[in-house]
Amino acid sequence: MKKTLFSALTLALVYGCASTPVETEKPAAPSAQPAQGLPVSPPLAARPIQPAQVDLSKRSVFYEYDKYDIKDEYRPVLQVHGKYLAENRGKKMLIQGNCDERGSREYNIALGQRRAEGVKRMLVLMGATESQVEPVSLGEEKPRCADHNEGCWSQNRRSDMLYSGEY
Amino acid sequence: MSSRTFAPLLAAMLLLAGPAQAQLTIEIIGGGANQIPIAVLPFAGESVLPQSITEIIEQDLSRSGRFRAIFVGGVSPLPTEIAQVNFPEWKSRLADAIVIGQAQRLADGKLEVRFRLLDVLKQSQIGGVAFTLTAAQTRLTAHKIADFIYEKMTGERGVFSTRIAYIVKQGPRHELRVADADGQNAQSILISSEPIMSPAWSPDGTRMAYVSFQNKKPILFVQNLSASKQPAPVANYRGSNSAPAWSPDGKQLAAVLTKDGTSQIYLMSADGTNLRRLTVSQGIDTEPFFTPDGQSIYFTSDRGGSPQIYRMPASGGEPVRMTFEGDYNVSPRVSPDGKILAYISRVSGRFQLMAMDLESKQVQTLTDGQRDESPSFAPNGRIILYATDVDNRGVLAAVSSDGRFKQRLGIQAADVREPSWGPFLGN
Repeated sequence: MKKTLFSALTLALVYGCASTPVETEKPAAPSAQPAQGLPVSPPLAARPIQPAQVDLSKRSVFYEYDKYDIKDEYRPVLQVHGKYLAENRGKKMLIQGNCDERGSREYNIALGQRRAEGVKRMLVLMGATESQVEPVSLGEEKPRCADHNEGCWSQNRRSDMLYSGEY
Repeated sequence: MSSRTFAPLLAAMLLLAGPAQAQLTIEIIGGGANQIPIAVLPFAGESVLPQSITEIIEQDLSRSGRFRAIFVGGVSPLPTEIAQVNFPEWKSRLADAIVIGQAQRLADGKLEVRFRLLDVLKQSQIGGVAFTLTAAQTRLTAHKIADFIYEKMTGERGVFSTRIAYIVKQGPRHELRVADADGQNAQSILISSEPIMSPAWSPDGTRMAYVSFQNKKPILFVQNLSASKQPAPVANYRGSNSAPAWSPDGKQLAAVLTKDGTSQIYLMSADGTNLRRLTVSQGIDTEPFFTPDGQSIYFTSDRGGSPQIYRMPASGGEPVRMTFEGDYNVSPRVSPDGKILAYISRVSGRFQLMAMDLESKQVQTLTDGQRDESPSFAPNGRIILYATDVDNRGVLAAVSSDGRFKQRLGIQAADVREPSWGPFLGN
């Protein structure tokens, strides 16, 4: 029991966010009868600890120009979603890969697909099943930021994770 | 009339009404070499037509880059027969050819336009045709006459009566339009709040393949242009469905699907059945394009580490790499005669249109834009239409395949992109 709790806490610490729900602590059973004549201690007050909130709010992975490899800094985010999908088999996810506006529109569809596919693979490694996640590409067709400079382009080179009901 | 005088040097603003909201306007940027001087006289009685038919003919010829319009003012009465033409006068005005004609309303209410193309030096008729038409067919008739003149004078088929397709984005509104080759007479094929991509004409000009995002991901459709309702998808597989390309016989579509992993090229019947996979790589294979003989498919692949153009048999098989200069060569399109490969190359961060002579493998840079993309050959191979941007607004541009003559087609306050030039129709 304690071991489980400890390792769960460790995991949460290691990955920098409370991704694992902490199990509710049950009231401990008294191990001995109070000795005769000694004052009776008040009954132990126990309260349940709420499971830690799973932080699913981070939904995006950003990329370098012309690249589709996932930088290490996004692993914890993907870990959270992978685990969530593993624990919630009924949940489905659409991963939309995006590109900046430079280059061929169709090639950017393929590049965006590659980005989304990379996210999918990572989520599957972390516990999701193939059928839960569909990687698709929006290429350069749905830019989040419309200016024509690197400040904008870096925001548009992105994969977004959307749960069913959100797209 | 004065605007007709030196049309090739002026920005010609065409502001005729049509069903689509905003028309493309055309601006001519560069001049062509060896232009044929031609005088297109107003046709006697042409005021019975809703538009000046000779103005449309003259603009068509000028915009092709192959003709130079000669001043035609001060002629009275207008000649309708060869015997009435003052040839020494046209010789002194340096015209090689002259076009005369007449228009009239027939007893049944229809209209008739007849014209003659005359050789000034030989003082003889090169050709002539009479058309019976409705008022709504005035523009089409003008384009047909321009095609006739173009073919007689250059020996190549004209493309004035062909049509082009393109995407217009205005705010959240995306529109697939089809227009005459001069940008006029535009009609909406599809309007959507989600992006539309990659329009591709069927070889007979009756259907259009395109990619729509209306279901939040790229799905492939083929729409009959005479039908008013949106068709069922031809490819709606898991992942993305895009990059349609027609086989020259119109029976098959090559397209890019991701149902088995990364983007790969598949072949299917035009209705989406009989699907089979053509490429097998770990990387990206996309942008298929059939050679005119239907024997090969050019495509873009990053299998060598960067996007480059390859050619493979249309039945699949070992690809041959075609491009070696630079680290980004995409969007291959083969000319209708199979001799030129047009594609987009990234050169020092700029995306430019290139033309490779497929026999000598010599490459010529055709454009000097920042973001040139989506090339499309005219069906006679003389002009390549492509997308570029001016002041961060998407416009279409055209360049002659020798790179000499350029023009732009834009719409105020809208992005125009992804042009696709339709096939020759009829005859």
